[in-house]
Amino acid sequence: MANSDDTSTATTDPTPDGADFHDREPLIKGNLSFHDVTEIVAKHTEKQTPLAWYLAFTVASSMALMLVLMLAYQVWNGVGVWGNNQPVGWGWPIVNFVFWVGIGHAGTLISAILFLFRQRWRTSINRAAEAMTLFAVMCALIFPTFHVGRVWAIYWTLPIPNQMEMWPQFKSPLLWDVFAVSSYFLVSLVFWYIGLVPDLATLRDRTNKFFRQKVLAFFSLGWTGANRHWRNYEKAYLLLAGLATPLVLSVHSVVSFDFAVSVLPGWHTTIFPPYFVAGAIFSGFAMVVTLMVIARKIYGLENLITIDHLEKMNIIILVTGTIVGFAYITEFFMAWYSGVEYEQYAFLNRAFGPYAWAYWIMMSCNLISPQLFWSKKLRRSIPVMFTLSIVVNIGMWFERFVITITSLHRDFLPSSWGYFEPTWVDILTFVGSFGLFFTLFLLFLRFVPMVAIAEVKGVMPEADPHFYEEGDGRPAGANVPYIQPAEEASDRPETGETRRGTEPTG
Amino acid sequence: MPQIFPKKANALPLLSIGGALVGGVLLIFLVWYYFSPEFTVVGYQPEQPVPYSHQLHAGQLGMDCRYCHNWVENSKHANVPPTQTCMNCHNQIKTQSPKLVEVRESWAKDQPIEWVKVHHLPDYAHFSHAAHVKSGVGCETCHGRIDKMGEEGVYQAEPLSMGWCLECHRQPELYLRPNEEVTTMGYVQPADFVDRNLERIRAEGIQPPTNCSACHY
Repeated sequence: MANSDDTSTATTDPTPDGADFHDREPLIKGNLSFHDVTEIVAKHTEKQTPLAWYLAFTVASSMALMLVLMLAYQVWNGVGVWGNNQPVGWGWPIVNFVFWVGIGHAGTLISAILFLFRQRWRTSINRAAEAMTLFAVMCALIFPTFHVGRVWAIYWTLPIPNQMEMWPQFKSPLLWDVFAVSSYFLVSLVFWYIGLVPDLATLRDRTNKFFRQKVLAFFSLGWTGANRHWRNYEKAYLLLAGLATPLVLSVHSVVSFDFAVSVLPGWHTTIFPPYFVAGAIFSGFAMVVTLMVIARKIYGLENLITIDHLEKMNIIILVTGTIVGFAYITEFFMAWYSGVEYEQYAFLNRAFGPYAWAYWIMMSCNLISPQLFWSKKLRRSIPVMFTLSIVVNIGMWFERFVITITSLHRDFLPSSWGYFEPTWVDILTFVGSFGLFFTLFLLFLRFVPMVAIAEVKGVMPEADPHFYEEGDGRPAGANVPYIQPAEEASDRPETGETRRGTEPTG
Repeated sequence: MPQIFPKKANALPLLSIGGALVGGVLLIFLVWYYFSPEFTVVGYQPEQPVPYSHQLHAGQLGMDCRYCHNWVENSKHANVPPTQTCMNCHNQIKTQSPKLVEVRESWAKDQPIEWVKVHHLPDYAHFSHAAHVKSGVGCETCHGRIDKMGEEGVYQAEPLSMGWCLECHRQPELYLRPNEEVTTMGYVQPADFVDRNLERIRAEGIQPPTNCSACHY
């Protein structure tokens, strides 16, 4: 194993406060060695597929098949099979789109922004969170794609030269959305893949199976763990992190422009971009917690993804949830302060109108429930955080429902006011999108190392260049001697001197 | 560890990136050209039930287009004439011509001749002949030299694609002509026609729309 090379990742994680590995609580528990980490993660891609995986995959892929059938039904019959109708032109499809894009925010935030802020705890969860991001964005893209009605003309959203001499409307936030989400997806995909290369090479080196070796060798791009490879890798990773960081913030800002740039009461608000980004991070972290709580248990990753990791995510959920709740209240203040009666009506209608039930679900799930995390005991409790993470995502779905539906269902023409109801196709399509998400995530868990092996090693005490020389009382294995620094002796010749002693010259 | 792939595999990343770029551009070009009406429908010339020659009637005899297509100035649709229009003349001229058997039969049985439509617009594109003729768009601008199309039938001379429409809608001064020249075949624009057209466009307030709902409603 060429794992000794992995220590060079430590160079990208300099200790900001000057403390070294002696002073710091280790992130990885269980006294694991480098080799143990490789084993814990890699074995799940190498062992025989467990029966439980097949069962889960059957359920998930059946739901994904239902999604395909529902979409085919919609394409064949037209958008009328959904509940969208005037004045609610944006029904569940847009609600679901924003919901899934929001979930797709945590991964790249964890892997890019936390990387730039030197948050070393990100290493245990970034791989799975980024995979979740990619799959969530795929699920998200389905909805606007089919919502256009003539899905075969979806390429019209891209500025491609054509003989219709037709170009997209560059003044429309919907077009900005196409660019924002697709570039976010591409950069996230490349970022995720670059991070995977060293781990894929590890898997490649561990296998003798012909086909598996060829595939892994193809995707690991000839990685040998050479110093030059690591140098290039670190540079590429840093640059991509820099590139992905503004995208994390811009995607949901642009999604919020879809609403905020219009002149509808309840949508036309400057608070939307920061409020949407906070909400997206909120729901994304909740989804990461949901998935990680299950995955660490089933795959025996408790030492890599520890309670400390989960607690840190729960703190982020608490902070962003409170920001979102603050934004809900600020909206009311702005409506009152604006003095515009339509704006005021839109918000009163939200809280006390026919959709008040949805509004109060949103408020209680998103603002009130995360406040439980002020208690250290609760935010370190697995059942509490698992339940809460699901509650948060229910709340965030209702947030998008409330924003989209309540502002639309009572427009400026009271004769067209009505009560929006989804159809069975709406519901089954949304359920099916979860099927697609879990199908992809199960494939990820089965075939890709679900924790960034190389990066986790980089934050372990052993990665410190002085770990073996100075020692810290932790056993490094019986065959590694405790090495004293060589004593400086004045009679030694200058040439050929090393720290360990004098090499024979001559 | 032995090498899994030969050394020449190093060229693969560059080749695939280059191939994807070139392939992408090529694909766009191929679709842009081969999927366009300019390639697929220009030259469409269906067989007609009667070997009617525009070359003879509109060209040699110099009949006005509007004698037969008489609604063109008032209607969205430029009509194909009823059999009666043919028989106005042909009950006296060439009454025994074998080429006119279908026409006489249609007249006797009071059943219309089933002419085959040549110029198709999709049903989601609305087009008005009247609006165009009245603003000075010549017949030949869209239909080509009808006066040179003989007994083998009329063919589609122009693509009638959206881009082709927009070329004129964006710069009408390059295509318009005086209203009295609308039906002229082989019309030659005077040297200062662009200025004259601009003058007319200002005076009459001709503003060809380029928004979606101008045609798609």
